[in-house]
Amino acid sequence: MKRRDFVQLAGLGLGGLALPISAIGNPVSIEALLEVPLTVSQKKQLADVALNTAKSAGATYADVRIGRYLNQFINTREKRVQGIQSTESFGVGVRVIAKGTWGFASTNDVSPDGIKKATERAIAIAKANSKFQTEPVRLAPVKGYGEVTWNTPIQKNAFEVPVSEKVELLLSANAAAQNGGANFASSNLFQVNEQKYFASTDGSYIDQDIHRIWPTFTVNVIDRASGKFKSRDAMSAPMGMGYEYMIPKAEDKLATPMGMVLYRNSYDIIEDATTAARQAKEMISAKSVEPGKYDLVLEPNHLGLTIHESVGHPLELDRILGYEANYAGTSFASIEKLKSGTFNYGSKQVTIFADKTQPGSLGAVGYDDEGVQCKRWDLIKDGILVNFQAIRDQVHMLGQTESHGCCYSQSWSDVQFQRMPNVSLAPGKDPYSIDQMIKDVEKGIYIAGRGSYSIDQQRYNFQFGGTVFYEIKNGQIAGMLNDVAYQSNTQEFWNSCVKICDDRDYRLFGSFFDGKGQPSQVSAVSHGSSTARFNGVNVINTGRTI
Amino acid sequence: MAILSKEETKKILEKVIGFSKADGIEANLNGNDGGNIRYARNSVSTSGEDSNVSLNVQSYFGKKVGNASINEFDDASLEKVVRRSEELAKLAPENPEFMEPLAQQTYGAEPKTFIESTAKITPEYRAQAAADSILPASKKDITAAGFLEDSRGFGSLMNNKGAFAYNKSTGVDFTVTMRSNDGTGSGWVARNFNDVSKLNTAEASAIAMEKALQSRNAKAIEPGKYTVILEPNAAADLLGLMLFAMNARQADEGRSFLSKKGGGTKLGEKIVDERVNIYTDPWHEEVPTGNWAGNGLARKRMDLIKNGTVANMIYDRYWASQKNTEPTPFPGNRIMEGGTASIEDMIKDTKRGVLVTRFWYIRAVDPQTLLYTGLTRDGTFYIENGKIKHPIKNFRFNESPIIMLNNLETLGKQMRVASGGGPGGGGSSLIPAVKIRDFTFSSLSDAV
Repeated sequence: MKRRDFVQLAGLGLGGLALPISAIGNPVSIEALLEVPLTVSQKKQLADVALNTAKSAGATYADVRIGRYLNQFINTREKRVQGIQSTESFGVGVRVIAKGTWGFASTNDVSPDGIKKATERAIAIAKANSKFQTEPVRLAPVKGYGEVTWNTPIQKNAFEVPVSEKVELLLSANAAAQNGGANFASSNLFQVNEQKYFASTDGSYIDQDIHRIWPTFTVNVIDRASGKFKSRDAMSAPMGMGYEYMIPKAEDKLATPMGMVLYRNSYDIIEDATTAARQAKEMISAKSVEPGKYDLVLEPNHLGLTIHESVGHPLELDRILGYEANYAGTSFASIEKLKSGTFNYGSKQVTIFADKTQPGSLGAVGYDDEGVQCKRWDLIKDGILVNFQAIRDQVHMLGQTESHGCCYSQSWSDVQFQRMPNVSLAPGKDPYSIDQMIKDVEKGIYIAGRGSYSIDQQRYNFQFGGTVFYEIKNGQIAGMLNDVAYQSNTQEFWNSCVKICDDRDYRLFGSFFDGKGQPSQVSAVSHGSSTARFNGVNVINTGRTI
Repeated sequence: MAILSKEETKKILEKVIGFSKADGIEANLNGNDGGNIRYARNSVSTSGEDSNVSLNVQSYFGKKVGNASINEFDDASLEKVVRRSEELAKLAPENPEFMEPLAQQTYGAEPKTFIESTAKITPEYRAQAAADSILPASKKDITAAGFLEDSRGFGSLMNNKGAFAYNKSTGVDFTVTMRSNDGTGSGWVARNFNDVSKLNTAEASAIAMEKALQSRNAKAIEPGKYTVILEPNAAADLLGLMLFAMNARQADEGRSFLSKKGGGTKLGEKIVDERVNIYTDPWHEEVPTGNWAGNGLARKRMDLIKNGTVANMIYDRYWASQKNTEPTPFPGNRIMEGGTASIEDMIKDTKRGVLVTRFWYIRAVDPQTLLYTGLTRDGTFYIENGKIKHPIKNFRFNESPIIMLNNLETLGKQMRVASGGGPGGGGSSLIPAVKIRDFTFSSLSDAV
């Protein structure tokens, strides 16, 4: 079989993952993924068509995004490939301000004429919608950067790696899990390349090449006699990296007292699949948790999702202002709480920062999708709420004059809006290891990996599960637990944070398909942290009989 | 490109099939025109339209399959896409689960899924629909945030075994959240139709506004087990998750709520209250849907739960062939039989309970028991001695639809609700309000 040359396009499904079609694009050959359809100077010429058309039609501002979005998704099950999709989406989105109102239009006709027409439509929409506008758009100033470039600093382009090599690796992981006693194993590899050219009437011409990758799997163990089945998902993280993430390096492995290896900037999928089978088997006979208050020791690949839901989303200014009220909801955080300068979001140990520059993170870019250079800023400093996440047309509502640079669109065909930057918990300042943390806990639970998650529309009350749970008794790991979920309130939870491991334990968690907006758009975002301890959290038992 | 007629698609697809040099070929030609308007803070925030037609071609040699797609329809392009799918098929590894295309199926009458008035929705209509929602809110110290999305589309399939299928449909989805300006009350309403003439955004918005005003200054009551009256949208969310989990292969493999201790499945076993009857029917007047599924299988009326018993599970063609049974077309709609009781009747009949407008952020907790968690949102009320006593703070629940349907008290009137995935009209359900005893609320939320 010549797998090296194999490409199968569309149609075979992605294991139930609901992927938005507009973000995927059309099926293309693997070779097409490596083509360069337009040079930077051609893109500049085309961008100028939009900017000049907009200016001459009376726009006070215009930006244009020429985007080529490439995806390759491979999914396998046990010994077979279930699907390989290679897709390309190529087109132009033009955004203008006319009569003080936004207008947006997009086209896949990437010709001067196509771009001119799209720009004229954007102007017409802006003028039509200006009838409903109560207040003209106010943009925070941005200096023009001239002609600049930014690339994800990858070592190995995943799209250049033969599909056969990637398939072999996934099938090897499935085999490792089955050899370890798993009844079923499925694995996936997602690869994304965004080739984005941005230009605006502010004088910026920004060419960026962004890469992301996510290997993941699910391993099932079934006990027919009892009728029980358990699953264990991968401990990988989606990363803003190239294929180098798939090549395990000893220095990226972190041993745990549970015998499970966790991963930093490279991933050993075969080792993890082997461990997954062992842990899933152990879950079949693990004891069911006694509900009550526990001190929780939360591993970064678990805590990242809690940060995402209970800090990342509530501090988005557009949510706070009500723009997401009909869908994702609003927020308990308010401009008044921010301006008070005294709102205790968490304990003094808790410093949480936004950072669009963090190497290896999903959100790392040089410039956001409205041409603002990216940066790092604090959201919570020593427990106190100090800032939100805002873009050019809203940041003035905070009394600030500089955009935070977190504007994003999933594709050239969708309008850009405020999206969550990487939001991370700063590691503890004093030397403190995971071993020491466990030794210090009398009655607790160690939770690793993402699980079930749910939070209310203003981000007060949440419930989280995890991938694996271990009981901690008098400073020792006392075995696996089943049926664990913890419930808390955002402010109460972050105020119960008493200890954070130092930066030796710092790792990234990632959300590859974070949804927001109507029509919904996805974005990818990372959350870094070290293992952290939260005292006296309410744990429920989720076991039922039907 | 506009919506293509049955004759137009047939002409294009016949050309496509004619170009084939493979062992076999199947082609899908689909198209969709859609529009939307979004508003928040009593002002329109975004609006847009999109249009897409694409042809997907699948060629095969033995069990080696290749797919390719294109959005140009001249003869040269059609031949190019067929050749590309054939080249890809030759390079593909064998897919042991590949099933050859079906011969012509009998599809029955065309369901009334396409309504001309919906197909003719204009930007002006959308703006007026938004204005009819925003203006009354702004007069009542309420802030409206809503979304209206409409679509018209067609789908078609042809293969070298002689099968041809075509369907066109329209749909409109409307949701609005009304929040009192003091921030203590919130109401929501949703509407989903094939026929836009049934949509009145002013009428729907008035319900959401009333809920926003009535839900102000909610009181906290203790979490625990309560009798609940779930409005159809709330009931549909949990029932839909159960129906989507009725996959036969997962059950046979031992990793489903339908798997049985010791092996086998619960097909034919009673799993919920015997008054529960859920079925699919493409020709149902309220929720018509396409009379064929994506793989060409003819849809027909089919019971899913009959008198509380698992009547059918979903077999894909490969798994059905392994199990020597008939494959099941994936249902395009879901209908749960209801009763005659209105929400008001059910409230009158309740000594102590909770009225739930909708659920939010529902996530699976345990696939073994189908346990889900989520929260109430946008109008939760305490009922005492047959009357709504006062609004209450939102609850988090941990509950399984299986346990819930075993605790059924009353079936109410049905309502059409969206099942997600946009306004195509194919994913709609007809679900009754239900009264359930001992529904598990496990904690309180301060969210409004």
